Amino acid sequence: MEITLSADQELFRETTQRFLDDRSSIAAVRAFRYSPDGFERDYWRQGAELGWTSLVVPEELGGGSVSGHEVVDLTLVADAFGRRVAPGPLLPANAVAAALARSGSAQQQTEVLPGIIDGTIVPAWCVGAPTADGGTASGVTARADGDGVVLDGVQAPVESAVQADVLLVTCGMGDGVAQFLVAPDAPGVSITPLESLDLTRRYGRVELSGVRVPASTAVGVPGEAAADVERQLQLVLVMQLAESVGAAETVFDFTLEWAFDRYSFGRPLASYQEIKHRFADMKTWLEASHAIAAAAARSVQAEAADAAQTVSIAVAYVDEYVPELIQDCVQMHGGIGVTYEHDIHLYLRRATVNRVLHGTPADHRQRITTLQERVA
Amino acid sequence: MTDVRAPEAIGDGDMESVESFRLRAREWLAASLRKGEPLGFRRTLSEDQELAFIERARELQRKIHDGGFAGICFPREYGGLGLTPAHLAAFNQESAGYEYPTILQVPTFSPCAAVLLEFGTEEQKLRHVPAMLRGDEIWMQFLSEPSGGSDVAGALTTAVRDGDEWVVNGSKIWTSGAYFSDYGLCLLRTNWDVPKHRGLSVFIIKIEQPGLELQRIEMVNGSREFCQEFMTDLRVPDSCRVGEVDDGWTIGIRWMFHERNAMGGGSIYVSGPPSHGGSRGATDPIFVLAQRTGRIADAVVRDRLGEAIAMRRVHTELSERIGAGMVAGAFPDTIAAVARLMTAMSEVRRHTIATEIAGPAIAGWDADDPATGLGLAYLNRQSSCIGGGTTEMARNNISERVLGMPREIVMDKNVPYRDVPKGPPSPR
Repeated sequence: MEITLSADQELFRETTQRFLDDRSSIAAVRAFRYSPDGFERDYWRQGAELGWTSLVVPEELGGGSVSGHEVVDLTLVADAFGRRVAPGPLLPANAVAAALARSGSAQQQTEVLPGIIDGTIVPAWCVGAPTADGGTASGVTARADGDGVVLDGVQAPVESAVQADVLLVTCGMGDGVAQFLVAPDAPGVSITPLESLDLTRRYGRVELSGVRVPASTAVGVPGEAAADVERQLQLVLVMQLAESVGAAETVFDFTLEWAFDRYSFGRPLASYQEIKHRFADMKTWLEASHAIAAAAARSVQAEAADAAQTVSIAVAYVDEYVPELIQDCVQMHGGIGVTYEHDIHLYLRRATVNRVLHGTPADHRQRITTLQERVA
Repeated sequence: MTDVRAPEAIGDGDMESVESFRLRAREWLAASLRKGEPLGFRRTLSEDQELAFIERARELQRKIHDGGFAGICFPREYGGLGLTPAHLAAFNQESAGYEYPTILQVPTFSPCAAVLLEFGTEEQKLRHVPAMLRGDEIWMQFLSEPSGGSDVAGALTTAVRDGDEWVVNGSKIWTSGAYFSDYGLCLLRTNWDVPKHRGLSVFIIKIEQPGLELQRIEMVNGSREFCQEFMTDLRVPDSCRVGEVDDGWTIGIRWMFHERNAMGGGSIYVSGPPSHGGSRGATDPIFVLAQRTGRIADAVVRDRLGEAIAMRRVHTELSERIGAGMVAGAFPDTIAAVARLMTAMSEVRRHTIATEIAGPAIAGWDADDPATGLGLAYLNRQSSCIGGGTTEMARNNISERVLGMPREIVMDKNVPYRDVPKGPPSPR
């Protein structure tokens, strides 16, 4: 997160934090363990009222940013989510809202987008991982068929797939990329829930078998959606980064406190040089993660020429070091750190899913090199 | 503490805007400096080449001074511009890709000039700071001694008062480039009968004078840039004392801060393209290496290369964040140790990656090999963890001064320094 926020951003952040303190205590998060949905619709609608789903949508379409820097504003929500491992489809809601605001048809912008903004429509984004060549993979292909399009393929894991009211399916079409809005109950669509690592985030497998959709369901020009997909990907990654850094900071803070309070051999853990030096390393990883995650958000905000590479650099660093930081904090706790009773695993779960979804650090390292070749 | 905040010019209604300053800097740089690499340390030059290199750096500094761009955050009364860190950052960004006197930045401007500005007498500041900004004076730190590097306050080299002068005996070491420098900022023991930290004083010592003998040290990469100074009955006037007698550690603490801050890339007294960490947009030398070795199609090479590029950029972003956070008052000054540690982590990893990408050419190479020099650079890798305060000290500083964890137990507190246990004399 940025070191200094504007007064409006501070207020926005506090409002979200207070709401989450009230509605999403750690006990409440734990209570979702066996819930099939992982969040409550009512909670999501109230969060949406606070602005969680409308920041990246322009005012004329019913959205609006807090500071004029909507991507940076969005990272404030994601940071607060990370600090409390909060539930809710923050990532797909904003990715799909951004897609519709940017390239949706007038009909999609009047019939679907308002529902996403007010939290009554939960979307899922069916997309694969970013690829080494700078594109995005998809398990789904589309082919033209008369005046419509037929979709075939499988995508997994897809966040909130089972809970979704609408699917944004990103797919290959000829040599290009296309995106379509598909109803989860359309003929040929089958969605199965997966076991999910995160306590509240749910994932499903989406199978499309000869799913026929009219041309009007296209978001953007079919075959020419690569730039939209890249933008959505950057937004999701920037949210994941802010969330993981927020989670890491929370874990770091309570583990530091633990090191002061826990005594062995008559002295606090915090007095051992081995432990102190590990905290020094973790502090460095944490500040570096803050710095590069904030740089990525600024870069996506500015639509900078090197935004894609900056985001990949941030993922390569943050998603490598944040899970290590949390694992090291588990180690500092000893046995209690690997129990279900301790809260640290809640954060490790979230940081781990963020590490592996939308490209692992290794995927993004390949991407960094590819993007470097393009500018060199 | 006033050091990291902008000089008094803040709030001055006449101050040039950052954007106007940036445009002026851009125009001046393009018209006045050559495109090229910054003049940082070149560890394998012959002595003649080295001296020519330093002369070139002095010329460039003079040019920058006369062009009105030296000492951007230095106070006006000492030859600076009295502008803000934002002006400095704009200038630094614009200076990327130009030949620049990087070698004169550290330690001359930080920590040496920074310490003088904070603790020097009016006369000392007026005499030396403008001369530094003109490129007329290059300064060194006379800090480490053969008996120990990290325990800086454990200095054995002693100054004894003799009327208006002090008589100095002992040895300082690891001064890089003392042979081409003009002055040393020197920490000396002035009292052996009080505890370690309470018997130190700081002096300005002219390098070329009787009583000071200089020896060069050959490093693993063949460089002879590091020096050791032997001081034998060296006489220093009392007017060259900085701060109070026996209160040198008050200065020492700030001195170490300025050093760490410069090492981490966050000092407001240092200007020009970042010497480590790299600036955004500039082509990464490891990328160039991978291209020239023809191994860039290899997936493993591409992975390591991605990591190297990422490390460099993260380091740059962290330095900027820490610099900005200190100026904004959001971070304590002690946070500079975080940037210092990151410098080492990034450098170490990048040296290792470069070695891996270069492959067998590390063992045997000819002059036009893209891997030329990399093997020797790898041998010298740990320098980034040692020079400017070791990473162990940085980790102590972060844990104790930033995170507030308990201090290490020491055996030299509240004991006259002459009674503190010491090892046998160093072989050097």
